[in-house]
Amino acid sequence: MDTYYDPADLAKFEEIGEEAPDLARKFFQYYAAVFDEGELTAREKALIALAVAHAVQCPYCIDAYTRSCLENGSNLGEMTEAVHVVNAIRGGASLVHGVQMRRVAKKLSL
Amino acid sequence: MGRPETVAPAGPKPFAAALARHDRTLVRADTRVLQVNVGLVCNQACRHCHLEAGPDRADQVMDRATMDAVIAYAARCGFDAVDVTGGAPELVPDIEHLLEGLRPLTPRLLFRSNLTALAERGDGLARRLRELGAVIVTSFPATSPSQIDALRGRGTADRSVAVLRWLNELGYGLGDTGLELDLVSNPAGAFLPPDQCAAEQRFRRELARRWGISFDHLYTFANVPLGRFRRWLEASDNLDGYLARLAEAFNPATVDGLMCRSQATLRWDGVLYDCDFNLARDLPLGGRRVHVSDLDGPPHAGLAVATGDHCYACTAGSGFT
Repeated sequence: MDTYYDPADLAKFEEIGEEAPDLARKFFQYYAAVFDEGELTAREKALIALAVAHAVQCPYCIDAYTRSCLENGSNLGEMTEAVHVVNAIRGGASLVHGVQMRRVAKKLSL
Repeated sequence: MGRPETVAPAGPKPFAAALARHDRTLVRADTRVLQVNVGLVCNQACRHCHLEAGPDRADQVMDRATMDAVIAYAARCGFDAVDVTGGAPELVPDIEHLLEGLRPLTPRLLFRSNLTALAERGDGLARRLRELGAVIVTSFPATSPSQIDALRGRGTADRSVAVLRWLNELGYGLGDTGLELDLVSNPAGAFLPPDQCAAEQRFRRELARRWGISFDHLYTFANVPLGRFRRWLEASDNLDGYLARLAEAFNPATVDGLMCRSQATLRWDGVLYDCDFNLARDLPLGGRRVHVSDLDGPPHAGLAVATGDHCYACTAGSGFT
């Protein structure tokens, strides 16, 4: 293996159930139910999944949900905006911790 | 040196094997619709075109004698609908002659326009289509101008929007005028189309919001891996993945409703095919070339439909019916 990530592994995801089939069955049933059309459309859920895939930096998920977004009718502009939402929240989450930093610094400083 | 290895053919299982695995056969039913492909001339060269239509194909168009044979055939058969397609039918000389001859012979006459060619013809043809009450069916692949231009050529989105607005002004696509305007959406790449109902709602909302355009129906179709689109799939190293994706999405429930069972397609030279995709592959109906003037009636029910890996495009997901 010359890389930790192999695109072919994505198609083998269900093999994770070989050691713990009951847990895997419950997980995959839940996973499928989450993406059923509900209060949110399939298109909206795919965009959320794409955004989260970038947040958790999962290459398998980015591969799968880029295709899923396109197949649900989203375009590159919408998908790019979704990634910017991730970026804003991730960047904001870092920046807002600066408030904690300032509080600690002020307590320690004259 | 050892014996040469046997290499398994690339791609998914043959379409016939997929049918057999689900205990299905693909045979013709009663033919209710006649599709007439009047030729390959087009002012565009869309990247997903299975027929590779374009400006350089002006020598492959239907002549007036064949049009008369088609009109006589439609009179003998009495089809529920006749669907005139291309290429760009707008650019075929004498196209009005064919339309006017077919109009009294069928309750539903469809005209496939690429919009920009309709504009190039001026307003005469559009007004004639309105007088004839022809349904206009046109490709409008996406709500994103960049995706439209990627498929159909730079500037096509803006020009298409202008023509759709003009058709609305003529009374098309308004719902209560009886002048039907339908859109067809193909994905802008090697992926499947969205659910048709959801896409129609979204297109209706977005076209009204962005451009004030209304239409009657939207149909979503997978791109068929033939012609110019297949060559792009090969060149971009997407062919195997796309064929696998189509095969993976094979839905046996689509087979009974496939258009190739109830429709036949005439080529510009009068040869009959099961569908426009078999025309592109040159797989004639019944396995032999028969000219329209030699046909007594519609094709017989029960005849096997010729198939290939391109058929997976019509059975993926909700199918192409």
